[in-house]
Amino acid sequence: MTALLRTEGIMKAYGGVQALNGAEIEVEEGTVAGLIGPNGSGKTTLFNVITGYERPDAGQVLFGGRAITGLAPDKVFAAGIGRTFQLTRIFPRLTVIENMLIAAQAKDRPRNLLAWLGRDAWTHHRRHALELLEFVGIERHANVLAGSLSYGQRKLLELAYVLVADPAVILLDEPAGGVNPTLINLIADRIRLLNAEQGRTFLIVEHNMEFVMGLCSVITVLESGAAVVSGPPGIVRTDKRVLDAYLGVDLDEDAGLDEEEGR
Amino acid sequence: METLVKGGGLIVLLVLAVLFPQVFANPAVTNYGILALIFATAAVAWHIFAGNTGYISLGQAVFYGSGAYAMGVAARDWHVQGTSVFELLPLSGAVGAAIAIPFGLIALRVRRHTFIVVTIAVFFIFQLMAFNFWFTGGSSGLGSPFLSWAPVPYNQNFYYIALACTVGSVVVAWLIGRSRFGLQLRAIRDDEDRARGLGVKAMRVKLAAFTISGAITAIIGAVWFYYLNQVHPQTGFNPLFDLTLVLMVFLGGFGSISGAVLGALIIEPLTQWMNTQPAFSGSISEVIIGAILLLVVLFMPRGIVPTGGEFITKIRTRGRPAVIPATTIGPASSASSASSVSSGDAR
Repeated sequence: MTALLRTEGIMKAYGGVQALNGAEIEVEEGTVAGLIGPNGSGKTTLFNVITGYERPDAGQVLFGGRAITGLAPDKVFAAGIGRTFQLTRIFPRLTVIENMLIAAQAKDRPRNLLAWLGRDAWTHHRRHALELLEFVGIERHANVLAGSLSYGQRKLLELAYVLVADPAVILLDEPAGGVNPTLINLIADRIRLLNAEQGRTFLIVEHNMEFVMGLCSVITVLESGAAVVSGPPGIVRTDKRVLDAYLGVDLDEDAGLDEEEGR
Repeated sequence: METLVKGGGLIVLLVLAVLFPQVFANPAVTNYGILALIFATAAVAWHIFAGNTGYISLGQAVFYGSGAYAMGVAARDWHVQGTSVFELLPLSGAVGAAIAIPFGLIALRVRRHTFIVVTIAVFFIFQLMAFNFWFTGGSSGLGSPFLSWAPVPYNQNFYYIALACTVGSVVVAWLIGRSRFGLQLRAIRDDEDRARGLGVKAMRVKLAAFTISGAITAIIGAVWFYYLNQVHPQTGFNPLFDLTLVLMVFLGGFGSISGAVLGALIIEPLTQWMNTQPAFSGSISEVIIGAILLLVVLFMPRGIVPTGGEFITKIRTRGRPAVIPATTIGPASSASSASSVSSGDAR
């Protein structure tokens, strides 16, 4: 029972604001883990630290027992941690399939100049990329500019192109935020499938409580940059500290409110 | 079908281009053609870097002038004469590339406006060096060796040399556009940080494009020098050169090869013609060119090729909901399709 991904005592301050204050999380291999917390509690900052977009002031990120703290984003990605962004970051003026190929070229570097200038980026990975687009249900749009996709479709594209590189852990930053309920169900369903059939590990930040509670087997609650509670949804849901710190007194009411704020 | 029409159109254009100096042998006319092709090559070279990466460089004249001076200095010091001067073209290209690497390593650290300002600064450094170095001939510039061709074959030969350069640069730009390299460049244009996060070696890729662009510009600068037989610091390192390139590419369509070529073929003959007209004497032609740039920005910010392409699509689909052009064009022509749909504010 060793954690595939673990952070230890991460500290990160922006000027006078202590965004992360000793945050510790553990993600077991083959699980879908959730990360929740009020706005400004440091969830996205923690994602940025794990994936190399931010350098922590102190603390360690361990991936498969190896310290990856402070590695550049592309190194973290190559090591097997894929991520999506809260506001999707696709390439709007590339076609959907080109978006996929940009992600694909990370795992197989061209051996020489000719391969780099050649067309193998298209022929080689095209089939796999199309399969993944089919998996998330947007293969019809393969040759459309990604910028013309709807917001929900962009989230699906981002998920697909993270999958291209075959990462061991996938970090999703608000996969359901601003997405219509049908697509939310599709996204949840795809995550479940990837987890059950391929044993892929997920760490999900999400404000939609229904989504998180229904999907995750372990949930960590972050508050003011530190983990308050960690456990299965049933326990987290009823934990006194969580109710006080995050959900307020009445779970249903405030969860709804917070969800609104998250958009 | 689409590719067939495109290929056929290209062949027709090429045949017309080849026949042009045979039909119009008058050197005064071929002169327009030569200068237009020289600028078309430079504009395509600019497109290879700027059009793909979205980095607006105003320092291309650094390569243009350096290519011209490299040929002039080498021909003078090594006593190269006549047609063998053309054997110095690869040297000019190498000089352009050699300058592009340190230039790029410095300038490509910064983006957007800062990048533009750095390229302008480097440009003025080069112009000052051309004025002041001991081997450049100072303000009187450099002359080229004499070429003993009669006026008509002289212009025809230079026309075909310039045409070969244009075709060569278009082929290079096309190969880059459809390659993995080109895809990486366009990913950098859309979101450089995200591209890096996905394993694109942004600095290396940008520098490679900048170097290729610089080498081509230097070669065409040398052709221009040998054609006019002289180069001065103000003409080789001409601030208007870069502005003209930008205007050409924006008029034709930023981000597409055909746009760069089309823009050059419109603007350069127009400029040359105005320079021969007494009515436009002095700097009036420059004022007019500046006015055109403003009009383009106001009324056709994406340029002729994307706007025209959209118009054609609109006619074809008549009434039916507009189809995004990218679906009808394959990724092979992505250089043009990339710009044909969304302008810079797509995000």
